[in-house]
Amino acid sequence: MCASVKYGSRGPALIPRMKTKYRIYYITLFSVVLLGLIATGIYYITLFSFWPHSIESSAEWSLDRRSVHDAPLVRIPMSSPIPERGDLSCRMHTCFDVYRCGYNPKNKIKVYIYPLQRFVDEVGVPISSTGLSREYNDLLSAISDSDFYTDDVSRACLFIPSIDVLNQNSLRIRETAQALAMLPRWDKGMNHLLFNMLPGGPPDYNTALDVPRDRALLAGGGFSTWTYRQGYDVSIPVYSPLSVEVDLPERQPGPRRYFILSSQTAIHREYRVELERLKEENGEALLLLDKCSNLSQGLASVRKRCYKGQVYDYPQILQESSFCVVLRGARLGQATLSDVLQAGCVPVIMADSYILPFSEVLDWKRASVVIPEEKLPEMYTILKSIPHRQVEEMQRQARWFWEAYFSSMKAIGMTTLQIINDRIYPYAALTYEEWNNPPVVKWTSVNSPLFLPLIPPRSPGFTAVVLTYDRIESLFRVITEISKVPSLAKLLVVWNNQNKSPPEAIDGLSLDQTHMVERSECINKFASVFATMPLKVVEHRADPVLYKDDFPEKLKSFPNIGSL
Amino acid sequence: MQAKKRYLISLLTGAFLVLLFYFGGGVPGPAATGSRSRHGYSRPEQPWPHFSDPLQHFSPWDQSDTEEYNVHISPRQKRDVNSSVYKGKRCRMQSCFDFSLCQRNGFKVYVYPQQKGEKISESYQNILSTIEGSRFYTSDPGQACLFVLSLDTLDRDQLSPQYVHNLKTKVQSLPLWNNGRNHLIFNLYSGTWPDYTEDLGFDIGQAMLAKASISTENFRPNFDVSIPLFSKDHPRTGGDRGYLKYNTIPPFRKYMLVFKGKRYLTGIGSDTRNALYHVHNAEDVVLLTTCKHGKDWQKHKDARCDKDNAEYEKYDYREMLHNSTFCLVPRGRRLGSFRFLEALQAACVPVMLSNGWELPFSEVIDWNTAAVIGDERLLLQIPSTVRSIHQDKILALRQQTQFLWEAYFSSVEKIVLTTLEIIQDRVLQQTSRSNLMWNSHPGGLFTLPHYSSYLGDFPFFYAELGIKPNPKFTAVIHAVTPLVSQSQPILKLLVSVARSQYCAQIIVLWNCDKPLPAKHRWPATSVPIIVIEGENKVMSSRFQPYDSIISDAVLSLDEDTVLSTTEVDFAFTVWQSFPERIVGYPARSHFWDNNKERWGYTSKWTNDYSMVLTGAAIYHRYYHFLYSHFLPSSLKSMVDQLANCEDILMNFLVSAVTKLPPIKVTQKKQYKETMMGQSSRASRWADPDHFAQRQTCMNKFASWFGGMPLVHSQMRLDPVLFKDQVSILRKKYREIERL
Repeated sequence: MCASVKYGSRGPALIPRMKTKYRIYYITLFSVVLLGLIATGIYYITLFSFWPHSIESSAEWSLDRRSVHDAPLVRIPMSSPIPERGDLSCRMHTCFDVYRCGYNPKNKIKVYIYPLQRFVDEVGVPISSTGLSREYNDLLSAISDSDFYTDDVSRACLFIPSIDVLNQNSLRIRETAQALAMLPRWDKGMNHLLFNMLPGGPPDYNTALDVPRDRALLAGGGFSTWTYRQGYDVSIPVYSPLSVEVDLPERQPGPRRYFILSSQTAIHREYRVELERLKEENGEALLLLDKCSNLSQGLASVRKRCYKGQVYDYPQILQESSFCVVLRGARLGQATLSDVLQAGCVPVIMADSYILPFSEVLDWKRASVVIPEEKLPEMYTILKSIPHRQVEEMQRQARWFWEAYFSSMKAIGMTTLQIINDRIYPYAALTYEEWNNPPVVKWTSVNSPLFLPLIPPRSPGFTAVVLTYDRIESLFRVITEISKVPSLAKLLVVWNNQNKSPPEAIDGLSLDQTHMVERSECINKFASVFATMPLKVVEHRADPVLYKDDFPEKLKSFPNIGSL
Repeated sequence: MQAKKRYLISLLTGAFLVLLFYFGGGVPGPAATGSRSRHGYSRPEQPWPHFSDPLQHFSPWDQSDTEEYNVHISPRQKRDVNSSVYKGKRCRMQSCFDFSLCQRNGFKVYVYPQQKGEKISESYQNILSTIEGSRFYTSDPGQACLFVLSLDTLDRDQLSPQYVHNLKTKVQSLPLWNNGRNHLIFNLYSGTWPDYTEDLGFDIGQAMLAKASISTENFRPNFDVSIPLFSKDHPRTGGDRGYLKYNTIPPFRKYMLVFKGKRYLTGIGSDTRNALYHVHNAEDVVLLTTCKHGKDWQKHKDARCDKDNAEYEKYDYREMLHNSTFCLVPRGRRLGSFRFLEALQAACVPVMLSNGWELPFSEVIDWNTAAVIGDERLLLQIPSTVRSIHQDKILALRQQTQFLWEAYFSSVEKIVLTTLEIIQDRVLQQTSRSNLMWNSHPGGLFTLPHYSSYLGDFPFFYAELGIKPNPKFTAVIHAVTPLVSQSQPILKLLVSVARSQYCAQIIVLWNCDKPLPAKHRWPATSVPIIVIEGENKVMSSRFQPYDSIISDAVLSLDEDTVLSTTEVDFAFTVWQSFPERIVGYPARSHFWDNNKERWGYTSKWTNDYSMVLTGAAIYHRYYHFLYSHFLPSSLKSMVDQLANCEDILMNFLVSAVTKLPPIKVTQKKQYKETMMGQSSRASRWADPDHFAQRQTCMNKFASWFGGMPLVHSQMRLDPVLFKDQVSILRKKYREIERL
């Protein structure tokens, strides 16, 4: 391979002149290379028969072979150290080792994922009742397929344990903590990222994961303002598994059949009473659903909601309402939020002190209404006061948030990593517009690179650029005229003589038909490059203030304009 | 022979490579794989494997039903628990702020009366008088939602001459103190040498802090407000404009990165400044420090001091500031420094090196768009970092520094009002500003959320959202004379305006003492005519944000205005291109009168203008709202008393918001036939006092705005073929030429 490249680089001119006797060298060379390749090939084939899954070129290939039960079993000694509880004062500059991320031209952090292990305590009971969940598996494989991933632990800036802590309920807290501390690079949890969506447990449901975790960063669903370490933790949504089960096509924003819809099943009776009172006052505008009493448990009951014996399909019914209530349950984070956004329904979030998902980068004011729990009885009046154009924009924005940041574990994982990446390389961070503007706005909006309203002074003047098509006479005339202008700072002549005969018409290029055709072609070409027509038609033109006025010419600032 | 040798070498190389591949790459393979195989499955360095097992969901389908339903404690109870547990350092609005005080009267701020014998620093005096002059102020503590102390808490450095003693007892003895609930405490300096803690030296209870140099550790998110450190010379109102006069492309200046300041040698905050010399290259990265400060600097001086001091003297700070693309803002003893505001004003992009500083107004300002937030630990990377920033980005960063400076920082008034507006946004959650309103022109102070929470209702965000204003206008005619004859100008005006294809409706604002004329007296038009009786029959009522104005554009008219349909149509198409500005016909100008040292007003026909008369002008309806709610009642009542100057005030307001001049269309110089002294009431224009009044108004307005917001323009907009030598049939707006 290498050798042939060398010859190639010497150019084709050499080969015809090549003498016969050198051919032999070629033949020898290629045979040696070929031989080597064959030998290596045979060698690897032998290798595979001993270590069957060593190369994973495609997912399908290994699908039927890989199992979580192959993961090594690790026994946690009773006396194994337990990390400290999370430190509330942790910030990026105190608890995060930035040197690991280093300077790199791509401004991208490198993320390492620990290989899967099955942790058990001394008597062999696993630390988690579910083990690796489907969602966490999806999350980790998405990260490993992304640009963030590195398999080189020494180059990694962020470490993600393969211990699934998405749902605290299925965990044995002490043993999970010990397992974390046993990770080879744990080092007081520095630069480790844990994902948790359902924190806390009965009866008081803490708003952050109860597993002691030293300095590890927490991407948590359901943070309150008291547990969230601003600028350190990441607030993530609670993933709704219905996202993959149901396909809700995007709906055009606009008025819907119901004004407000409440579809949650686990609403505390205090709030349900208040919602029912609202329903009495406002009748049909409000639809108040609960779970169906006559249906069996399981997936079927998850997909149905009832009101007075009438059965509705969930989450499809969400698309029939303009606003959808997302009330706190035992936890602040609710999976309903995800369903509601998917349906393009504007969430009405009533969960005091809740840190909204990805609030560090997302402008929730444009996609939701946040109402203090105390004001639940005033909900109807508050929502009625929102202009309908805004409701439509919120509906569109809600759907866009779901598509971009909520729709899959991959989306949630990538958003989390991007947020951390933005903190480490803030000068390369995504902008507000990139995070918040849906594609349709990104296409239509105009962001001038010179956005500051400045009226520049005359002093630096302007640069004149004169393009010439081989018409020296008129060029000189232009130059003489232009150079009289006091504000002229520099004159630039672009010589564009392409050995073309001068146009036949004498008094101006615009009479030359070929010229006009050429220019039309240019415009079409440019428009196709821009993928849109950026030029706008206006009906006005700027004149000096006293233009064509009956007024002494000598008092006018620009007397010549108008006489030309 | 040569060729032969070459081939031989190549052959050998090839063979060698094959061998290398075979032994070097291949042979260790099984060893490595073998070691991994101990873990039972292969190669952990491979990306995450795609497991084939049927994995469980992280949350079982029935979990929420079984565990949550009514098991948890009452949410109301939970709220009460939270508010009793989270106090002091863990205060949040939910736990330490009484929202009920704000419900009755809205967001009102009470300032304690100043006690005799209490010294108040000039800066604090400025803060208090700003609040007292603002629309939030109330003198009745019973109406207040927020309380501000009259005791000077700005400087809590015990070594400072401004330090107020016995603050603890003084505060505790205040009758309304209520353990600091709903109180806001301003502070610039806290702690003292050597550790500079952030403790204020008295128990602030549940009060909120508006504090400079606050660290993320002590900052209570959504409760405290981080304010910038400002000097005692910081102007109360107005303030310097941004230094940037025009953009240069490419945006590079003489220096890339500069710094000039003290070096502390030892103690808190000294590390970064002591290490700066590593990065200094005396060419485009100029970082200068001096050891010469304090009385006994000679005692602590190190080996570098003399060399550094000498270098330090060679450069002028201002010159560097104005000629550098980036300015380093390292922490001092405290986290914040004056340098931050200085760099911002000078359009020198700040490069922050102050780990743990909660940046000013971080709750609402997205600092990544105006500054480079560095990490003290990565000082040595800073030059390569700033060099890697693309010039388009630099251009945007620089412009944003200027926007932020003028919007929130240029005066004490702006800093204080921004602080209050941030708190107001938290209190009135539903009517609060979105991130975009705070971070794009014209900024949060001019974007009032009570008007609408929808961005598309404001004149500023059409381009950003990719939408266009509503293609219709509402005409508002200000009527002051009774309707007696059918030849009155107002009737002609009604007809010609109604004929415009863009007219949605006409509102007649009846500010005449006579009762409303009968319905049939109005001409029959294709658009609805709505007659509103002005409440107090005062001038300002013409700029009331009436609910019946449904379109984005308002065409404001005097009753005796003479305007043709073509003129209206053309002006409206122009306004659609400039929806944030006033588009009008007759223009006026202002000038600085050197002899009288005051602003002058002129209606002479000159080559430029800075105002258009609102007797006939098109502008966005949001300005009605701003006029009524943003301007202080002192200015509005002045206008009402004089029955004059309302148009000047409107022009001041719009130019203060947009920083741009209005737009004059067509040759029109006057819009009244009655102007030359006829017998109608509109002859107020002929009154000699009238003119003098307008001069006075201008100066009064300029002093409230803290400067002259009006901007001159030399441009007039005409139809494209205006007075061109082409057939009149090809022109769209023919009438305009005949006028």
